[in-house]
Amino acid sequence: MNAPVKTPEERKAELQGMGDSRLRKEDARFIQGKGQYCDDIKLPGMLHMDIVRSPVAHGRIKKINKDPAMAIPGVHAVLTADDLKPLNLHWMPTLAGDVAAVLADEKVHFQMQEVAIVIADDRYIAADAVEAVEVEYEELSVVIDPYKALEPDAPVLREDLAGKTEGAHGPRDHHNHIFTWEAGDKSAADDAFANAPVTVSQHMHYPRVHPCPLETCGCVASFDPVKGELTTWMTSQAPHVVRTVVSMLSGVPESKVRIISPDIGGGFGNKVGVYPGYVCAIVSSIVLGRPVKWSEDRMENISTTAFARDYHMDGHLAATEDGKILGLKVDVVADHGAFDACADPTKFPAGLFHICSGSYDIPAAHCSVKGVYTNKAPGGVAYRCSFRVTEAVYLIERMVDVLAQKLDMDKAEIRRKNFIRKEQFPYTSAFGFEYDSGDYHTALEKVLDAVDYDALRAEQEQKRSDPNCPTLMGIGLVTFTEIVGAGPSKICDILGVGMFDSCEIRIHPTGSAIARMGTITQGQGHQTTYAQIIASELGIPSEVIQVEEGDTSTAPYGLGTYGSRSTPVAGAAIAMAARKIHAKAKKIAAHLLEVAEGDLDWEIDRFKVRGNDEQFKTMADIAWAAYNQPPEGLEPGLEAVHYYDPPNFTYPFGIYLCVVDIDKGTGESSIRRFYALDDCGTRINPMIIDGQIHGGLTEGFAVAMGQQMPFDEQGNLMGNTLMDYFLPTAVETPTWETDYTVTPSPHHPIGAKGVAESPHVGSIPTFTSAVVDAFSHLGVTHIDMPHTAYRIWKKLKEEGVQL
Amino acid sequence: MIPPSFEYHRPSSVEEAVGLLSSLGSEAKILAGGHSLLPMMKLRFAEPEHLVDINRIPELKGVRVVGDNIIIGAMTSENAVIADPVLNEKVPLLPEAAKLIADPQVRNRGTIGGDIAHGDPANDHPALALACDAIMTIAGPNGTRQVPASEFFLGTYWTALEETDILTEITVKAFPQGAGYAYKKLKRKTGDWATAACAVVVALSGGSVSHIRITLTNLGPTALRAHDAESVLMGQSVNDDLIRQAAAKAMEICDPAEDLRGDAEYKTAMAGQMVQRAINEALAKVS
Repeated sequence: MNAPVKTPEERKAELQGMGDSRLRKEDARFIQGKGQYCDDIKLPGMLHMDIVRSPVAHGRIKKINKDPAMAIPGVHAVLTADDLKPLNLHWMPTLAGDVAAVLADEKVHFQMQEVAIVIADDRYIAADAVEAVEVEYEELSVVIDPYKALEPDAPVLREDLAGKTEGAHGPRDHHNHIFTWEAGDKSAADDAFANAPVTVSQHMHYPRVHPCPLETCGCVASFDPVKGELTTWMTSQAPHVVRTVVSMLSGVPESKVRIISPDIGGGFGNKVGVYPGYVCAIVSSIVLGRPVKWSEDRMENISTTAFARDYHMDGHLAATEDGKILGLKVDVVADHGAFDACADPTKFPAGLFHICSGSYDIPAAHCSVKGVYTNKAPGGVAYRCSFRVTEAVYLIERMVDVLAQKLDMDKAEIRRKNFIRKEQFPYTSAFGFEYDSGDYHTALEKVLDAVDYDALRAEQEQKRSDPNCPTLMGIGLVTFTEIVGAGPSKICDILGVGMFDSCEIRIHPTGSAIARMGTITQGQGHQTTYAQIIASELGIPSEVIQVEEGDTSTAPYGLGTYGSRSTPVAGAAIAMAARKIHAKAKKIAAHLLEVAEGDLDWEIDRFKVRGNDEQFKTMADIAWAAYNQPPEGLEPGLEAVHYYDPPNFTYPFGIYLCVVDIDKGTGESSIRRFYALDDCGTRINPMIIDGQIHGGLTEGFAVAMGQQMPFDEQGNLMGNTLMDYFLPTAVETPTWETDYTVTPSPHHPIGAKGVAESPHVGSIPTFTSAVVDAFSHLGVTHIDMPHTAYRIWKKLKEEGVQL
Repeated sequence: MIPPSFEYHRPSSVEEAVGLLSSLGSEAKILAGGHSLLPMMKLRFAEPEHLVDINRIPELKGVRVVGDNIIIGAMTSENAVIADPVLNEKVPLLPEAAKLIADPQVRNRGTIGGDIAHGDPANDHPALALACDAIMTIAGPNGTRQVPASEFFLGTYWTALEETDILTEITVKAFPQGAGYAYKKLKRKTGDWATAACAVVVALSGGSVSHIRITLTNLGPTALRAHDAESVLMGQSVNDDLIRQAAAKAMEICDPAEDLRGDAEYKTAMAGQMVQRAINEALAKVS
């Protein structure tokens, strides 16, 4: 009996291609505790490294005595900057064109800076040895405030840069000045302000926060002295770039360096850079000829590996009396810590901050960002966002609210009035970005209808008029545009390597497939979603498509996963590689069916002879033929590689609305409602998108409502444990409502724009907008994050609000 | 986050445990649930040479009733307190408040006795013990003795326990018939200690307050009983104004330490808020 003929719909469903909420392939191993993380790697003869760190934030190292540590049985080595000097590895280049100390060279510049390492038989001995290393410091004056760092008589932090008046990004005019970077047209912006009937200004601080992935950073370095090969398992979001850097630093040919990113427990930008711990573990393995493991603990992670944000921003808007924005000016003082180790495309020391004109048609704009050294840990990474886009979105969304307040306009109305209109796309902003597509008005109205915005405003009015109401009610609204998918290699590179990404697809004879990628999943679900793109492009079921990433010896070169670039860049590479295979498959199908290619139509999983549904070859048929009877003149096999250099960024957007109730007695905020509409273009897996949005909103909630890295005047980081650093649990996390519109990217092969970071970028100013809105009737225009109960209570007190 | 090495001992009786403490001296620490001690050891703030693990002493666990007394073994876990039918019926404040301690994992190992014996004013059970008029039973080299909660907490990390003592039991009595109770705890997030917390037990007779306990967590060097606040309400028919007066009296005895949760002014103000809310909630439960 013949199997029943499947309908096209049934065949399509079986592929689990784009648009299918197929379950995550990754989860089976993770929920069973079978993930393989860096710290799970155990090699024969492996030694353990631990780090001696500075207790002071600024000081001169007078003396280091290794002897008590070396005397502990099981300790193999104690290394300091002096030991790395002969290898010229005591300093290393940063992604931002600066240098950073690998181990403190004569001076320490921030608390918990790496001063020495110990290598021991096990982790316990290593920890004992760290305690036994004796270091004498002469304490120096500490600079925590970046404004004070720029005062003429401020302490000199970077003595190694003495006399260096030219930095990687132009002239330095002060010993603690790193760069001043500008974008836009200053004179046009000045003119707009000079002639504007209304102007507003607002100072705001975006606090220093930490991405705080659940898995901290670490590596296992294993140098084979016989083969001269270095293999390193590493918590890296960009293993290929790391391989290039390691080769350049170590002198080991790139062909003999293998970097493997195994399962990664969250990155969020924290795992983009190269840290002293990695370098020291690799050096130690080369020197000792044995594998060396380094795993940082939570306090080390929060204290030293890559903070985010810390932008002190002054925003200015010029407008007409009826709320049409005429100009934008922004001045930023950026606290970069002790070394400029920001992870940005080389030409952009402030990342893509100049997306700060947002979703609005602003004719004139200028921004200036001044980078400053302070006695804090280096970093400045893109914490679940594209480079500095979170700061940019925060700035413009706050400023639009401030302007609305000044004009006594509703915050939805002022946005309607200033949005880039649908018909203006592609739209070139005053900063020169070409926004690919968008439809902001439709999305805004959808959200306002969904939450019954007018009813919320009426409720707020009623509550404000009731002196016995125990809460203040606030409504936050944000209408953001992101810029992701870095990026076009003509303007975007990391250490000179263009920011393309790559995919190699091999179709096996029996019709299953493997795809290898230059990116690396850290929770995004690449193994699930990438397969769906191939399934739709090639008609092979997702279930039989393996996706591999993270091993530089097997995967094609790629720039990695951060800045929501995986789908915009690597996702495009997948589609393009698949289309190469598709084109070859068509030739084989024509050969098998003995027709011309032009007589074939593609349908879901097969080529059919036009007008004859019975005459077809499925991709499985074609795969088999590719390995045993390819047409004359065609190579056997069915595989392709594609390196995709994006022609432009993609511009996802979203409309977020939040309702908050603030307890007048305690200052506690209760997020009553959070409605998030996202437009990420073509949607590959709606379930994973929802998961990404839930995760991003939760991290946004964490940043806005609690995360902060507070320092005292001595440079002590207070609160580097999860007792103080706010990671919300399910108990604190609000309930999220998600929605979407679809405006495909016109330049992306499948129209996808990237989604993982939008909810983080968009939600943070939404919370601030809501909290400030609760106070707006009292004339409050802005409140800095984090919106903890304590800080809100102080504001309530200041404003005379009592229960 | 790696502790230095230590010797581990696991006695199987209270007698054996007390003997170990006596012979090992001041370098020994008792390991109960370990949720205060082990983090301190990992940070090397505490470096005991000997750990005496009392988790395998069966008589230290569980709740039993002897006459009027409800006797809670010191090694009864928070989750066991939450689940215990006797406590839920007779002293419901304890299971209800225990739900606000840390998170489920911590409550699975953390014990009521460890929480009390640590002497940390940020822990919740000291104020609860004061609110329940608990009696502590202590085993030492010279036998057992009993100390009321009101005389047990002497200072921060300082209690009536000597180095060679073990807290074995916490004895409470059933709440007065129809009593209302509440524990209001303001905290930054799950797992955190209280910014300010207040326990209240109240009973009414003919509409007037016939029994009242108001106690405070993390608002001074020890848990505090707010006697003057209680006096404001005792014998009175309660109204909002009296509740505010009681809260003001409670705030007068607060002497909290500033930390990232807030300064003394904020914490004291929050004490006032928690007192008012706890009294209101407790009154609403009076039957």
